[in-house]
Amino acid sequence: MARLIRMDSTGHSTLAEWTVEDEVAFQRAAEAFRTETGAGYIGMVDEGPGRATHVRELPREADLVLMRRPIAGG
Amino acid sequence: MPAPATTAPAAAPGLPELATVPWRRRASAGALHGIGRLWTAWTVALTVPFAAVAAFLIYLEPLTAPVAAASIAHAWIIPELYAFRGANVARPKGARHPRSEPVALGLLGDLLAHRERDLQGATGLALERGRLGAWLVGEGGAVLLAPGGRRVHCFCVTATDSELPPSDRIAHLLLALRADEEGFATVANHAFSGAPWRLRRRLGREVRPALDAARAAAREVPEGRA
Repeated sequence: MARLIRMDSTGHSTLAEWTVEDEVAFQRAAEAFRTETGAGYIGMVDEGPGRATHVRELPREADLVLMRRPIAGG
Repeated sequence: MPAPATTAPAAAPGLPELATVPWRRRASAGALHGIGRLWTAWTVALTVPFAAVAAFLIYLEPLTAPVAAASIAHAWIIPELYAFRGANVARPKGARHPRSEPVALGLLGDLLAHRERDLQGATGLALERGRLGAWLVGEGGAVLLAPGGRRVHCFCVTATDSELPPSDRIAHLLLALRADEEGFATVANHAFSGAPWRLRRRLGREVRPALDAARAAAREVPEGRA
C-alpha cells in the first residue's frame, strides 16, 4: 500500500493510500497531491541515502510520497 | 526504507526553491573551494593587523602592554565570533513540540540508515554523504565537510513552516539536500567557512561526535572530486 504523507505540525499526516491496481484510490491520492501542491507543498520521493526526487505529479509506482514545505536561507 | 520508485514521468529537475534566489550562481565544489579561500584571506586580513599592532607597540614601549593586549584580544575574538556563528547552524532551533516530535522522529528515522539514525539520536544531526562532501543536517542549518575533511562550510537554512517539530525540520532539509545537493547549497546562506577545529571548539560536547563522524566520511571522498 503506497502512502501520501504531509509533514506538518502533527509530525506527519497520511493524506491518502493507494495501490497500483486501484485506480479510484490512486485518483483520489492524485487529487490530494494536487491540493497540497496548490497550497505550497512540494512533493518528494525518497530513494534512500543520497537520493530523493522532486515530483510534480503523484508517481503511481512510488511506495511513499512526502509533502514538504519550501526551505529558505536563514 | 522505501524502494526506488519509478518517478521519471513526474520528476522535476532541481530544487523549486532556486526560483527564489535567481541572482545566485549555482553552487559547485569549485565555487565552495573559492569561497573557502576567501574566508581564509578575510580571517588573515582581520587578524594579522591587530597582532602586528600589538607586537609593534610592545617593541616601541613595553608600558603599552595593556593596549597591545586589547589589540591581541581583537585578533582572537573576531575569528571566534565567526566560528560561533558557524556553530549556531548546528544548534537546536525553535519550539520542541513534545507531542508531535515522536511522530516526526519516527519518520526521520525511516529516512536514515541504522548508523546515521543512532548518530542523529545522540547528537541531533543527520549525517549525509554527498558529492560535495559529508553533510551534517540540523534543525536550522547544515554543516558541510569538504572532501578530505580539512575545511568546513556552515549553511544557515531552514524549513519555512515554524510550527514543524524538530525532526520534521531536519527531514525537510535532508530531502531537499538529497534531491539537489548543489541547489541546496545555493539556496542556503553561507554562515562560516574554516578549519574544522575552529568549529569543533564552539560546538557542544554532545554534538562533537557528529562532526568527527562527518570528518571521517569526508576523508573517504577524494579531494578534487565533483
